[in-house]
Amino acid sequence: MTDKPHLDEEALAELRDVMEDEFEVLIQTYVADSRDRIRGLQEALRADDSDAFAKTAHSFKGSCINIGAPRLGELCLKAEIAGKESRLDDASGLVDDIAQEFEQVIAGLDGLMVG
Amino acid sequence: MDDSVAEHSRPLRILIADDSDSDRLILKTLLKRLGHEVLDVANGLDAVSVFQREAPDLVLLDALMPVMDGMEAARQIKLLAGERLVPLIFLTSLSEAGALARCLEAGGDDFLGKPYNRIIIEAKIKAFNRMRLMHRTLSDQRDLIRERNRQLTEEQEIAKRVFDNVAHSGCLDASNIRYHASPQSIFNGDVLFASPRPAGGMLIFMGDFTGHGLPAAIGAMPVAEIFYGMANKGFNGQDVLREINQKLKRILPTGMFCCGAMIEADFKLNQLQVWNGGQPDGWLIRTSGELQALPSRHLPLGILAPDQFNADFDRVGAAPGDRVLMMTDGFLESADSAGNVFGEQGVTGTLDRLDGGDHPFDAMMSAVHRFTGNFEDGDDLTLCCLEMMDEAGLATLPDRAAPSALAGPAEWRCSYEIRERTLGEFSPLPLLLHICMEVPGLRRKSGEIYTLLAELYNNALEHGVLELPSEWKHSPEGFGRYYAERDRRLANVEGHYIRFTLHHSLKPDGGRLRVICEDSGQGFDFHNHPSVAPGNSPTMSGRYAGRGLLLLKRLAETIRFHEQGNHVEIVYDWQFARTAENRDD
Repeated sequence: MTDKPHLDEEALAELRDVMEDEFEVLIQTYVADSRDRIRGLQEALRADDSDAFAKTAHSFKGSCINIGAPRLGELCLKAEIAGKESRLDDASGLVDDIAQEFEQVIAGLDGLMVG
Repeated sequence: MDDSVAEHSRPLRILIADDSDSDRLILKTLLKRLGHEVLDVANGLDAVSVFQREAPDLVLLDALMPVMDGMEAARQIKLLAGERLVPLIFLTSLSEAGALARCLEAGGDDFLGKPYNRIIIEAKIKAFNRMRLMHRTLSDQRDLIRERNRQLTEEQEIAKRVFDNVAHSGCLDASNIRYHASPQSIFNGDVLFASPRPAGGMLIFMGDFTGHGLPAAIGAMPVAEIFYGMANKGFNGQDVLREINQKLKRILPTGMFCCGAMIEADFKLNQLQVWNGGQPDGWLIRTSGELQALPSRHLPLGILAPDQFNADFDRVGAAPGDRVLMMTDGFLESADSAGNVFGEQGVTGTLDRLDGGDHPFDAMMSAVHRFTGNFEDGDDLTLCCLEMMDEAGLATLPDRAAPSALAGPAEWRCSYEIRERTLGEFSPLPLLLHICMEVPGLRRKSGEIYTLLAELYNNALEHGVLELPSEWKHSPEGFGRYYAERDRRLANVEGHYIRFTLHHSLKPDGGRLRVICEDSGQGFDFHNHPSVAPGNSPTMSGRYAGRGLLLLKRLAETIRFHEQGNHVEIVYDWQFARTAENRDD
């Protein structure tokens, strides 16, 4: 479905460089933020609110791209498009994929922190 | 240059609005690392209120946000910024062209895509800061120009008001004067003043300063002050001109001067005295239709040093009904649409065609109207026509001098004597009049006082000291001979003097001025003078030829001669005015 990597090592290295001591705070913020967004996607799906679904997916996509999680960003883009096209029937699978990929990203990020 | 470099590298206050906590954190940290001060909010509504409160230099807005989205926030922020340019950059991962265009329509200046690239961010912030500063410089300069322009207009209006107060038109509205002057003439450098003389007669000055606008108007101010101040005090045209020339010579920069013409009209002696320095020819138009040019014989005012300046007037006899016409250069330079000028030919042609019934002023104005076709454009001309008339016709000229609030001296006495060559160089009349005018009760009578003093002084000088026979003045040949002889004899007055003694005291209902005028001359046989001996009809003979003495008798309470007739004493009484403003007297 996508061949993008879970984490963009180069982007994350640059972020670490920029954020210095606050890198860890940034990661924690991103993780917390992302959980909220996934919950938001699930709620929009349940409420059959394709507009809210598309907006949440759009914002989530932005932060994934910024943090260096391109594969998750790509999934969010698909969700955004589905939301915009009001194809929420197709989207429940996408939300599952997003949740799954997010766990991968967390694992990768945890690895980075430890390292 | 250093200032602007410093200005360009000064840290900025930047507002970030993004609902994604992690994105906001990244951007905030990036900008702080670049040295900027960062304010951050998570929605559009907060962005607007922080913008209002903190007035940041630059705004970074996420397009899609809860509560109020970036588009709406952008519109409100641009509205709040008003004329200030606050660069507004959208943070977006939007890629659809229509959505991006809507961001710009809402007031955005640019986009910044995700993921953030710190090199691009830094470059964009620098570029927009340059634009912001340039806009501010332009706005500041525009405001400065606007403000300067407003100040200039205001100053010109004030200058015009001040000038109108100082350089009022004097007695230009008298029935024997016709004139045309553009309302803006002061800013064309043209001035026209007229003042009645305390002893009767009029003084008119027409000036044309080099240059235009405020510089030309500024030179006109002291000229007006001098003209009205001195004319009021009884100085003659010569003295006024000398003073004006001296003042202008001192204050005007090199290359700036004032072409001027002065006319001193004496309705008693039926004579005109004219001084023309650089103005076009003036014209005397006699009732007979005879024309006489009054050409410029002098350099303009403000060029020659006082000791080189020649204030000699040309003297011409002029009967009631004769008219004198003066104009500024602008009159000759009036042009038609093809650029041809009216010129001297225009003037002489018009005068040659004058009909008996035509007023030369009207004829001249309509001729120049016809010539130029469109008269409204560039009206830069001044024209003045004075008509000789009977003295009686001018008896009621308005007195502009405001009474002083101070109560003046009441009991005083002074004696003033001028001697030898000063007799020919200096007139003591303004000084004596000035002393008398310190008494508020006499101030209203300045014309009469001046006439008394002038009559006494002229008699003492011309008939007493110089022994000139007044009969000479009654024939045209004698007129010239009289003044030539006067000048000749004035050069030889060794041992001679004229002494005035003034004595003022209060009386129950007013005051009394006693004037004694003594001279070193031979005197005259006053016992047998026809106008002194009662019952005899006055004839024109000897000293105090009829008219002068009759005038003194009419104005004074008493007139007495002492010694051998070279010692005259007059008593002049005045009463408190019974008017409302003086009832406390």
